[in-house]
Amino acid sequence: MTVTVGVVVFPGTNCEADALEAVTSLGAQGRLLWHGESDLGDVDAVIVPGGFAHGDYLRPGAIARFSPVMEGVAKFAAKGGPVVGICNGFQVLTEAGLLPGALQKNKGLKFLCQPSVLRVESANSVLTSQAKVGDELSIPINHFEGNYTCSEETLKQLQDEDRIVLTYVDNPNGSLGNIAGVCNETRNVVGLMPHPERACHELLGSMDGAVLLRSLLAS
Amino acid sequence: MKFSALVDVRLRGGISDPAGATIERALPALGYQGVEGVTVGKTIRFTLEAETLTEAQTMAEELCESFLTNPVIEDAEVTVEEAS
Repeated sequence: MTVTVGVVVFPGTNCEADALEAVTSLGAQGRLLWHGESDLGDVDAVIVPGGFAHGDYLRPGAIARFSPVMEGVAKFAAKGGPVVGICNGFQVLTEAGLLPGALQKNKGLKFLCQPSVLRVESANSVLTSQAKVGDELSIPINHFEGNYTCSEETLKQLQDEDRIVLTYVDNPNGSLGNIAGVCNETRNVVGLMPHPERACHELLGSMDGAVLLRSLLAS
Repeated sequence: MKFSALVDVRLRGGISDPAGATIERALPALGYQGVEGVTVGKTIRFTLEAETLTEAQTMAEELCESFLTNPVIEDAEVTVEEAS
């Protein structure tokens, strides 16, 4: 059976076509989910892609969290449905309370658009189940507010519960603990700043994102 | 009655402030010595309708906690007064 991936589109989202193309190239079918609809329909997985949802006004993700589609995403996640937030999508999921912590401005105050090398820290999540701990993946980043931060207690909890799924080998943005991606308690919601959908084709210079999206499609 | 609210949003203690640090580092080059503790936040102003000042203060604080700030990284001071 073909897996259907719902890709959320807010006003200002700009990575939905890349996400659709990537999952389609891996054998799934994609469907765009407009932010004004709270019913996700019959989807097997959800991607909240990158961009500037609602213009990033106030804070990235702060207004997107109130879009009707997020009710549907929260319900889907509560039932165990796999949800991945990429870049701005990660920011949206933290603002919505589906993931802990927050993303603040990069340490060097520069917008970063460059390749990055990630280390798989946990294979126990919907995004990393087909990867191995210690794998190094070349996946690009493209953000201004990707500096992950959380309280000391939250960091300890994430570490104790093996919920830091991806770290940067060479921290580009000041993220606490080199964190590039984390998951929720039930491991079915994952957020990451790098863009695996931009590393799924030879022509893009890396196919290392495919193992992550294949994990999502298999979950 | 109409009240005016001013919300002063700041990064919480312990949260790095790259914008503040960058401004502070630039000051000596501009000839300003001895300026320290630069922090960057934001200010949000609005008016609201309420029966009393207390009610207006409560509403503004709720709005601040639920939407205007992200408590993981930000604190805010809310000042409400009768609109002139």
